[in-house]
Amino acid sequence: MKQLVKFSVASVLALSAFAVQAGTLQDVQANGSVKCGVSKGLAGFSAADSSGTWTGIDVDVCRAVAAATLGDATAVTFVPLTAKERFTALQSGEIDMLSRNTTWTITRDASLGLNFAGVNYYDGQGFMVKASLGIDTAYDLGGAAVCIQAGTTTELNLADWAKSNGIEYTSVVSDTNAQTTANYDAGRCDVLTTDASGLYSQRTATNDPSEHVVLPEIISKEPLGPVVRQGDDQWFNIVRWSLNAMITAEEIGVTSATVDVVSNNPERERLMGRSGNTHEYVGLSSDWTYNIIAQVGNYAESFERNIGLSTPIGIARGVNALWTNGGILYSAPFR
Amino acid sequence: MKKDNTIISFLNNNETRAIAFQVITLLIIAFVFYSGIDNLIANIEAREIHTGFAFLSNRAGFDINESMIAYTPEHSNLRVFYVGLINTLVVAVVGIVFATIIGLIIGIARLSNNWLISKLAGGYIELFRNIPILIQILFWYNIALITLPSPRGSFNFFDSVFINKRGIYVPEPVSEPGFAWVLIAFVLGIILTVFMRRHFKKKHDETGIHTRTIGYTIGLVLGLPLVVFLLLGSPMHLDYPSLKGFNFQGGKTFSPEFLALTFSLSVYTATYIAEAIRSGIEAVDKGQKEAAAALGLTQAQSLKLVVLPQALRVAIPPTINQYLNLTKNSSLATAIGYPELMAAFGGTVLNQVGQAVEILGMTMAVYLVISLCISLLLNIVNKKMSIKGR
Amino acid sequence: MAVFESQELRKPPISQVGIVHWLRANLFSSKVNVGLTLAALYMLYVTIPPMLNWMIFDANFNFGEFSFLGFEFGEVMATNVTCGRSAACWPFIYEKFDMFVYGFYPRDLVWRVDIVFAMAALLFVIARLVRNYQHKSRFFLAMIIGFPIASFFLIAGGVFGLEEVETHQWGGLMLTLIIASVGIIISFPIGVMLALGRQSDLKVINFFSTIYIEFIRAVPLITILFMASFVLPLFFTGGVDFDKLLRALVAITLFQAAYFAEVVRGGLQAIPTGQYEAADAIGLNYVQKNALIILPQALKISIPNLVGSSISLFKDTTLVLIIGLMDMLAMVNMTANDIHWMGRETEGFVFVTMTMWVFLYSMSRYSKKLEVRFSTDHKN
Repeated sequence: MKQLVKFSVASVLALSAFAVQAGTLQDVQANGSVKCGVSKGLAGFSAADSSGTWTGIDVDVCRAVAAATLGDATAVTFVPLTAKERFTALQSGEIDMLSRNTTWTITRDASLGLNFAGVNYYDGQGFMVKASLGIDTAYDLGGAAVCIQAGTTTELNLADWAKSNGIEYTSVVSDTNAQTTANYDAGRCDVLTTDASGLYSQRTATNDPSEHVVLPEIISKEPLGPVVRQGDDQWFNIVRWSLNAMITAEEIGVTSATVDVVSNNPERERLMGRSGNTHEYVGLSSDWTYNIIAQVGNYAESFERNIGLSTPIGIARGVNALWTNGGILYSAPFR
Repeated sequence: MKKDNTIISFLNNNETRAIAFQVITLLIIAFVFYSGIDNLIANIEAREIHTGFAFLSNRAGFDINESMIAYTPEHSNLRVFYVGLINTLVVAVVGIVFATIIGLIIGIARLSNNWLISKLAGGYIELFRNIPILIQILFWYNIALITLPSPRGSFNFFDSVFINKRGIYVPEPVSEPGFAWVLIAFVLGIILTVFMRRHFKKKHDETGIHTRTIGYTIGLVLGLPLVVFLLLGSPMHLDYPSLKGFNFQGGKTFSPEFLALTFSLSVYTATYIAEAIRSGIEAVDKGQKEAAAALGLTQAQSLKLVVLPQALRVAIPPTINQYLNLTKNSSLATAIGYPELMAAFGGTVLNQVGQAVEILGMTMAVYLVISLCISLLLNIVNKKMSIKGR
Repeated sequence: MAVFESQELRKPPISQVGIVHWLRANLFSSKVNVGLTLAALYMLYVTIPPMLNWMIFDANFNFGEFSFLGFEFGEVMATNVTCGRSAACWPFIYEKFDMFVYGFYPRDLVWRVDIVFAMAALLFVIARLVRNYQHKSRFFLAMIIGFPIASFFLIAGGVFGLEEVETHQWGGLMLTLIIASVGIIISFPIGVMLALGRQSDLKVINFFSTIYIEFIRAVPLITILFMASFVLPLFFTGGVDFDKLLRALVAITLFQAAYFAEVVRGGLQAIPTGQYEAADAIGLNYVQKNALIILPQALKISIPNLVGSSISLFKDTTLVLIIGLMDMLAMVNMTANDIHWMGRETEGFVFVTMTMWVFLYSMSRYSKKLEVRFSTDHKN
């Protein structure tokens, strides 16, 4: 209904100049939901289960922001986007934030009118080959056919890497993630290249996961994180610190089960909004972080639930472990 | 009183109304265009999207696995446009040829007196006509990938043609200096054939003596170039594909994407062509065949001289329309990643550059030109046909 | 004296009756036909059995336990692991059925979609019953206007106390049907106007109608969808929320209107000039002439072709997948990315193909029937 009214209004008025510029937070609170751009189906990152409920670590960032701003982690409108349309959707205001395994690069950050609000998964482009080929390094891949997904940084990274190492290859480009894997699994190409996380999840979708090996070379840095429109600093802070809250919670050891436990750790009490007034600075109610952890969980919970070793995808924490555990996951302090 | 009347009659005048109506329409269209483009420019500036066609000369930076002309990531975006355009035309031409052949076979099979063949042809039409073409393209692509063997286990035909998941590998003829003469001989042969046929037709019209021309035709079109070819000492060799490392090297490759695309386009479009041909043949009056038989024409002569010319008059216009549809449908290659115009230029370049207006405008212009050419062809055919119709 | 004895009737030779005769006449009438028949049988032998094995005989049908009349049937529902990969895993479709039909539509609200489906089926039955009813055109008009509005309110909600369901949550078969029907219903009046415009004597109107129709028909739908999805939002000022589904609908409507226009124009051209002249002679103005005399006849002639064009549109709706709408075909990818059911694209694919085929086949049968019905109407 609302759409119809909006379109009627749009058709009549939009051709003459008028513009509504409200803060994103106010829009979100007025709408009662966060419009979050996600992938059209990437196992463990964002995909829908049988009842149409979205799950995944990218999805959890959206849910955290909804919990922070509206007090309800389910108040998210998920907008599935292809790689091609994701930035346009954010720029045009179709979505409030983008959490769609998007790599943070200077071009995207500086030239598209967008801001990356942090990193929720440190990835890197890797290669997977059939074990039977007996290859153990990516430098032996000369002459191979490589399966790539179109419209991603992977395509450009591969071209750069091959050029600098004098390696010749043929590329087999597909539009979707699923088709890329299907191509590889069927033997259309020798090598599958995508973000290493993707390789692990794709491996589980093959006929026999044990027949495939992921090569040790990582040819690029792919920090994946949520993105917002430029020019709304308050909203930028909310998204950034919602993510930071999840990471800090893991660091302090607060889980969704232990949010109500009152301790004498001042940082923990500050994080849970039981002391201090940091919530005023971001313009939210004092229980915003409490809602995130209670309803979505801390970073570790989200990771283990969606892509951790106990799931079919089975990714180890690796570089995504906390900085205190040998990884590079690091949140600025809540102070 | 009188004055009032003139005003009313002026307002009621049909011509006045017509002009007023047209002026209003024109104003509305102008306003929509003006404000739309005004907004467009403002939006493009606000989003800091570049404008103009400078991007065409920028380095493309990505690889294309299938190109008729030389292409590397160092080439420009304009080169990508050409690569895509040529690939689109190749798919269209190959698709049209196969769609016509399959359509002809199925259309005739549909009218066969063999019950099984006729029912199979009918089943074929009902099955493939009623599955959206996009699904068919995805389906055949995936089937080809699942069922064909890996490079090491390729189907091998005389060590020169190989079929595997990576495509079909055939020997590629590589011309050496002097080969141009063979081509010239070929063209000359075709021209001579036309004159030769005219001559014998004239003879037939004047004297009634019928001459079989098939021998002469073969001699001129194939024999002449062959003689020149041998005289010049075979100025061409074949480059055979061979397995090196992961893949076959050398020769000419047709990728599975290309094969799946042309195959599904042919199979789908053939159902429409088959129906056109069937209705063409059915549209020929029974009396025509009986009259031909009464005149003493043989079955073959009756088919060639009486039935087919009339059947084709009905069948050709819808068939040409299907050629246009096939060309437009080739843009669905974007779903399986065959680098034709829409996938390579309208997809990947658009994604890298982001100038949607320019890139989509160029892409649409190409289809517009192709479709104008086909309409032109259709008009010519219609004209020729309608003269015969009387 | 010869006595007449009734003799038993001689049986016709076995070659002239029964199955043998039929086989001879239809399958083995000549050497060529024998060859063709054998070749066709071999082709069926190669293709059909493996397909049936994959789909039925080797496939997994463990939909879980259920009881009927006090008896327990079935075993524990198969999972992605227990299914294996050599044949179809139909429990996957069973599990994901709602995804394929409703997409992300909230499961506690799908009854609203079901009501719309039921209404559509009911109207179809009623339409057949009232075929010979005197005021049927009024009924059809009410149906064509009333049903879409009622369906829209039911599915979208936001009024009459119905909870709003945003278009992002629409998906699956439901979305496919919505796009097709909205495209057909809205583009029809536009198409009629364009057809009249192209037949008009007014130069400006004629010019723009012709340009529009020819341009749209010359380019592939996908370029128009891309235009709508990337460029259309730029034509409006910022702050206007331009829904993704709406953009696709705009593209499909504008596209289909051009095709309908050509179909209707065909109908208009078939109307004898005498009808125009008669209308002019009795003093009808342009609107009256077209609304009362010309269009009713022209549209009636065009009905079979209008249905044919609608079928094409229904097929074309699958293209919205490429601009990122979650129609039934897009659900194949989505459902096979659930971490519990990974890699089940083939099953989803086969299911979607069969569903689309059933829809399209019944529509094309229906259009054939219409063709027969309307062609008899016009023969003297």
